[in-house]
This record gives sequence, structure tokens and C-alpha cells, in this order.
Amino acid sequence: MKRKLEVSELIFKVISYTLLTVFALACLYPFVYAISAAISGRAAVEYGEIVLFPKDIQFEAFRRMFSDNMFWNAYSNTLFITFYGTVWALLYSILGAYALSKKRLLFRKFFNFFLVFTMWFSAGIVPQYLNYLSTQKVFVAAGITDDKWLVVIAMGMAAMNIILLRNAFEGVPSEIEEAAIVDGASEFQVLSKVYLPMCKSTIATVALFFGISRWNGYFWARQMISNSNEHPLQVFIRLRLEEFTDAEAMAGWNQVYASDSVIYALIVCSIVPILIIYPFIQKYFAKGTNVGGVKE
Amino acid sequence: MKKANAADFLIYDEAAGIYREDPEQAVRDDVEKHYWLHVGQSIVKDWRLYLMLIPMILVFLFWRYFPMYELLGCFKVSDEVLPVSEQLFSGFSYFKRLLVGGDDLSAEFWRAMRNTFILSFYGLCFGFPMPIILALFFNEVKSNIARSVYQVLTYLPKFMSTVVMTSLVVMLVKQGSLTSGMGIVSQALANLGWISADVAKSGMLNNPEFFRPIYIISGIWEGAGYDSIVFFAAIIAISPTSYEAAQIDGADKMAQMRYVVLPSILSTIVIMLITRIGSLLNIGYEKVLLLYNTNTYVTADVVSTFAQRYGLAGAAKGIASAAEMMNNVVGMLLVIGANTIARKASNVSLY
Repeated sequence: MKRKLEVSELIFKVISYTLLTVFALACLYPFVYAISAAISGRAAVEYGEIVLFPKDIQFEAFRRMFSDNMFWNAYSNTLFITFYGTVWALLYSILGAYALSKKRLLFRKFFNFFLVFTMWFSAGIVPQYLNYLSTQKVFVAAGITDDKWLVVIAMGMAAMNIILLRNAFEGVPSEIEEAAIVDGASEFQVLSKVYLPMCKSTIATVALFFGISRWNGYFWARQMISNSNEHPLQVFIRLRLEEFTDAEAMAGWNQVYASDSVIYALIVCSIVPILIIYPFIQKYFAKGTNVGGVKE
Repeated sequence: MKKANAADFLIYDEAAGIYREDPEQAVRDDVEKHYWLHVGQSIVKDWRLYLMLIPMILVFLFWRYFPMYELLGCFKVSDEVLPVSEQLFSGFSYFKRLLVGGDDLSAEFWRAMRNTFILSFYGLCFGFPMPIILALFFNEVKSNIARSVYQVLTYLPKFMSTVVMTSLVVMLVKQGSLTSGMGIVSQALANLGWISADVAKSGMLNNPEFFRPIYIISGIWEGAGYDSIVFFAAIIAISPTSYEAAQIDGADKMAQMRYVVLPSILSTIVIMLITRIGSLLNIGYEKVLLLYNTNTYVTADVVSTFAQRYGLAGAAKGIASAAEMMNNVVGMLLVIGANTIARKASNVSLY
């Protein structure tokens, strides 16, 4: 009996390690390949000789990209949208979630339903597009001609994030709030001095969710931003890829890098900042999914 | 409403040794009698609370609920100039046209509907068990450092945007041409003999047969690691004594999985399954849009991309919104249905 148990454990362990290693390497490989292909020489890339390590190393593809003003422009646009978009979304989400977490709020059920319903049913692309078009008209009439502000203000709301915040606020013991009120704190002071510090990690998680979705935003940015100077990075990358597939032979004969390398360099450059901050944000991500189970 | 009885009104006052009326009950009665007065008083007293609510309500009203009003356009004659409120009613003509039109458009709509179901169904069948299996494997790795390495590596793809991920996929399976070789993955598959050299040369993404596998596998590659977090958290919460007890009873590894691990993570599985089923028809149109092309419409075109093509790129706004509305209503029924079933069956509910 004991032997049978040990054998079954051993078999399972071997299978686990093997498949995990295979999957982990499969996750890593495309990144390594992209880097290698971006810095390899032209012939090696064109004849498909790169498998893992780079050959005939060159950095011309990167240099060409870094000398492109549009690239830096796109990067700064993405930073703009990510920063202001996250701040704006956090602002109304925190205020709203705080109010929703209070039992004394009247019509609380209705307001909750108002939020949750948007998770169940969405109007779809076309009505949203028409809606954004009329919003754009209002913005232009108000003197805001930079479409980035449209993206920042009118997009990226997420009911789920507000519910995460509401649940965290509800978890704060009411005695602490009462003590603060006895000490003469106003509603806004209670929120900023008591609730925000106590729910720091949930707020960080939600900020991260907003930030990531802003950084990754593509479809609506492409639909609504007509001026190519205002395009965020995702749109820039996609347009480059489309140009590239439309006109296969982009690289001149005298270039030392393959046209593929430019695309790979672009991909690498858009991933690197995420990789740099990844170790710091990873724990909040793990936390976020765990508090994701919604109650009520 | 509960029937009132004397005990509800009276509380025993120990100091005086007599029964008194419950002052809170008086308040409750008062609230019932003067409901709107009570509402007004509460708003005056807690006006800051209601003020805080306003920005959120407005944002959702403007950019989530107003589009639902625009959705009325699918019952009206599309018009480029007139606002929805002034367009003429056309009733269900767009719906009829799509469902039983009998022409190419109707056929295309049904194709999109079928593709939506097939893609999300395959995504559920192959994509859903993977994170659970991964979590079971993570549990076998006892060294913390080794496990962290595995976890960090498998979460990695999740941090790419859809655009970058699809760009990478496009490059890895791209066609061969004069100036550049084919993608490394199609090259490898052709060398292994899993796909024919012609297919690899002409580009796997140009071949309708390969769209679904590419879509599903890239989805698993992207999300399985990250989605396993929640299952892993449920597994490590299982007390070691449960395993020991099972071992004493002679349970081998499979039996432990069956009788210890599975029951402990069942509620998590149910919750995640509801979420998955709820968003079943809400499949990532961005990803389809970024991966498909005219050659692969047969297998790749889903309702959202159909709507995007006709409504945004083309001018058939009414047809496009009608198509998406059908999709989204079915999607909503799925969420509500899945949630109700889960609540009845296991007392786990998401909303």
C-alpha cells in the first residue's frame, strides 16, 4: 500500500515538473526570440537562421527606431493617457465606492444595480461609437480639440473595480469611522485620513488594473484619435505592422538589418518598461484576483 | 411584511423595572409613514455622500447608459444626419433581415453567430481547465524559489497588450516572402511535418483552418498562468492534515485529487466558471480584429467584428447594432442564468 502511494506521488511529481518546465519555456521563448531577431544581422533573419541566440549582432534596427520622432511621440501619448486616465478613473471610483459602502446611503441597492448592469449588458460597438462621436462634438465645442482628453475622460470605466473598492471599504470597522467623527472629522477627512490608508493595497491593485488597461488601450484610441501625432503606442505599433505587411520589402538593399527586425525591436521596446516594473507590481496583481470573488 | 406583536414595541427597562416602548420602533414607524420626508432629511444630512456619488453616476450615465439609448437605432431607419430620437421607426426589419433574410448578409450574420459560439465554446473547453491543471502542478513544486520562477515566467505573457501579443503571433507564423523568411513557429511546425510546407509558406493566418487553433492556443499561452493564481490560492489553503488523513486511508495521488483537492476548490471553480460563461459571447473582438483578415472570415468573423465591419467601417449602422444587440442579449441571459443556477446549486453567487 505504502509503495503504491509513493509511486503515484513520484509519477505525478515528474509529470508536474516536466509540463511546468515546458509551459514556462513556451511562455519565455517568444520574448527571447523577439530580442534575438531584433539584434541579428539581415541575412540571418531573412533566411530564418535565428532559433534562440542572435547572429551577426547589430543595433541598427533599434537605432533607427529611436531616431524616429513619431515613436517617442507615441510613447509620451501613452504615458499621458495612462497617467491622467488612471487618476481620473480612481478619483470618481473611490468617491463613488465610498458612498456605496455606507449602509445609510438611500437607494443603495439601486445604485449597485446601476453599476452591475453595465457588466451584464453592453450596448455594443456601434452605439458606443455614435456616443463617442457626439461626446467629441461636445468636447470640441468646449474647446478641447486634443482627442487624448476624450480617451482619458470618456473611456475605461470598470464597474468591477468600483465593486472591489466598495468591498474593501465595507471591510473597515465602523468603530474607527465613528471615532474619527467624534474627533470632528468631516466626511472627506474620514475618507482621506481613515479609509484610504486602511485600504491602500486594494487601491494600489485597482490603480494597477486601470493603468494596465489604459496602457494597453487600442481599439477606441484608433477609432477616435484621427491625428497621428496623438496616437498612443499601441496604435503606432499596429499601424507599423500593417504598413509592413502591406509593403513587404521595406528595407533597402544596403541596410544591415532585415525589415522584420524593426518590428521585433518595436515589440521589445513596448514590453521592456512593463518588464522593469513587473517585479514591483506582481504582488498586487496576485492580490487582485483573490479579492475578485464578489459577494452580496 | 412581518406581523407586529407586542414584543416588538416594548423593551424591558431594567433601571426602572418597567416595559417601555422601543424608541427605535417609533423611528421605524415614522420612516414608513413619512417616507419621502425621510429621504429628504437623509439627503440634507448626508449631502456629502450623495455629492461623492455624482461623478461616478454621470460617467456611467454618459458613456455606458446613453449608448444603450442609441441602441434604439436598431429599431429605426438608419440616418447619418438625424439623431436617434427623430429617426423613423422600422420595427424589427433589421432583425428580420439578419435572421431570415435569406441573402448573403443573413448568411454572413449566421456565420458570425456560429463562429462566436464555436470560438467561445472551444475557449471554454480548452482554456478553462488549463489554469486549474497549472495550479495543481504549482502545488507539487515544494521549493518556494523554484515555484516563484515558474509562476513569474507563466504570468509574463499576461502583461503584454493585445496589440503586442497579436503582433508577436503574426510575426511568429507569418508567411515567407522574397525578402524575409517565414515565421519561426510555422517553420518549426513544417519541419516537424505537422503542417504542409505550402501552408507554412502562404502564412498560417491566411488559412481559415488554422485561425481557431491559433486563437485558442495564444489565449491559453497568454492567460493560463495568470488565471491559475486564484486556483492556486484555493489549493494552498487546504490543510495538510486533510492529505494525511486521506493517506492513512490509503488514498493514492489520484484519489487525493479526487476526494481532497477537488471538493476544496470546487466553489472557486464554480465562481470562475460563472464568470467565464457570463463573458462567453463577449469574446475579445480586439484580438479577433487584430488576427483575422479577408482570407479567414469563414472561421474568424464573430458578431462584434461583423458589427465593426458594417457599422464602423461601412455605413449600415442599424444592421450592425441589431446584430450586436442579439449577441449581447443572449450574453446577458447567459450571465443571469449561470448566476442563478450557481446560487441554487452551491450558494455561491457572483453578483
